[in-house]
Amino acid sequence: MIELLWSIFDITLVLILLALAWTTCSTQDVMRAVTLFIAMGLLLAIVWARLKAPDLALAEAVIGAGISGALLLSAIRDYPSTSMVTHRSRLTEGIINSLTLALMILMSWAAWHGLNMSDGVRLSEQVNSQLPVSGVSNPVTAVLLNFRAYDTLLELAVVLTAVLTVLTLNEKRADHEASSPLLQGMTRWLVPLLVVTSGYLLWVGAHAPGGAFQAGAMLAAAMILLQLAYPSRRQAFNNHLLKILLVIGILTFMLVGLWMMSLNDDFLAFTPAWAGTLILIIEAAATVSIATALTLAYIGGRPIGWEGVGREDTHRTNRSIIENGGAE
Amino acid sequence: MISEQLLYSLAGIGLFGIGLRATLLHHMLLPRLLALNVCGAGVFLIFIAIAYGGVEIMADPVPHALVLTGIVVAVSATAMALALGRRLEALNDE
Amino acid sequence: MTDTLAMLAIFSGLFFFFSGSIGLLRLPDLFSRLHALAKADNVGLALIALGVIILEPALINDIKIVIIWLLVMAASAISSHLVARHALRENRNDD
Repeated sequence: MIELLWSIFDITLVLILLALAWTTCSTQDVMRAVTLFIAMGLLLAIVWARLKAPDLALAEAVIGAGISGALLLSAIRDYPSTSMVTHRSRLTEGIINSLTLALMILMSWAAWHGLNMSDGVRLSEQVNSQLPVSGVSNPVTAVLLNFRAYDTLLELAVVLTAVLTVLTLNEKRADHEASSPLLQGMTRWLVPLLVVTSGYLLWVGAHAPGGAFQAGAMLAAAMILLQLAYPSRRQAFNNHLLKILLVIGILTFMLVGLWMMSLNDDFLAFTPAWAGTLILIIEAAATVSIATALTLAYIGGRPIGWEGVGREDTHRTNRSIIENGGAE
Repeated sequence: MISEQLLYSLAGIGLFGIGLRATLLHHMLLPRLLALNVCGAGVFLIFIAIAYGGVEIMADPVPHALVLTGIVVAVSATAMALALGRRLEALNDE
Repeated sequence: MTDTLAMLAIFSGLFFFFSGSIGLLRLPDLFSRLHALAKADNVGLALIALGVIILEPALINDIKIVIIWLLVMAASAISSHLVARHALRENRNDD
């Protein structure tokens, strides 16, 4: 009976997920597509929770639905009622459909075959056996920041590269008009709450679901909320400080790795006695970096006065700079 | 009944197919970006479905870490694609 | 006993969510749909939270669930206000 109920739940979840994905990809209105995409992100978070991946559920809800949704919505801000008709000929559409279907059948056969042939060895046993020397007790954090720390280092580099591209190509989007006083009132108490929750997620990642990425994205969400509620406020952080915050994550990671290499003959090989503290330090720096990176990605480009060489007077408001004709 | 691993793997493959078809069909940047993200979600679902071990056993943490990295990289790539699209539009308008 | 009480609460919460969704699909206007969503979904969430609190033994988790319910209510209220405000502005611009 319980098995049957779980199967019904699973099948319903899968069907709704596929229906949402289909409508997202085949709808004609761009605003509707983005909204359905955000809804699909939230449903995906529920799927991760069902499949016993709570860290992923947190990350998907904040990053996949929250930050990604904010990014896409701000991108279509200037043309929200575009229609997205496809203009392919019947023949091309038929070829694409049949090729995709053939690929899906091939992949399904491969999945079925692969799952049947698996030899039952699970990496969770290996991770569990090495968990005491990793310095944390959450297996995902141990894998992310100790056993496969090199991947996380390169991931921070990828995020930095993407933000550098965003900063190089464009200036920030124009501010929008002042927002509702209700939103401003809610932001006043919500942003401190988000900052505290982000710090909690960073701390708790060592022994419960959480960690640097979820905390960084939540901090970015708080900054985006501030940007939405007080759009014409002068910039909170000096541009110089923003540049330092962007690189401090990857810098800390590499310095710790090199220091461990000088002690233990291997890049990023943490000594087990200090591993917990080192992971916390790296995660704290990474949180700040990821938050800055995602906020700058949302802003869409260089803030005012970013490329100033030498003395830059960052105490003017954005509005007066726009009126006086751009950065000098 | 069909095992959960197989069910969610097939769902992931379905998501990937839907996203792939939409990427190939559209011209504009934004629908293709959404469809690519759907493809990515399908791939993540396949990973986590394989990592799932049942109600009692702990799930495999290595695919979880890989997918967590993947989610962050996907949002960065989306931001970069949007910036490129905005710049291309500005260049086309001149 | 507690199990049946919790199930009762959760199922009535589900009923409220269900009627909210039907309202979303069937009501004619944006504002009436917002009305259905904000009201029905908040009551549904309150009932589901009540059911979960009955089932959950640890007090600290019960407090967290109440805080989550309050935050969702505040967020839903503010979002409905913002959506309605934007729709009103668009109507005014069209005239």
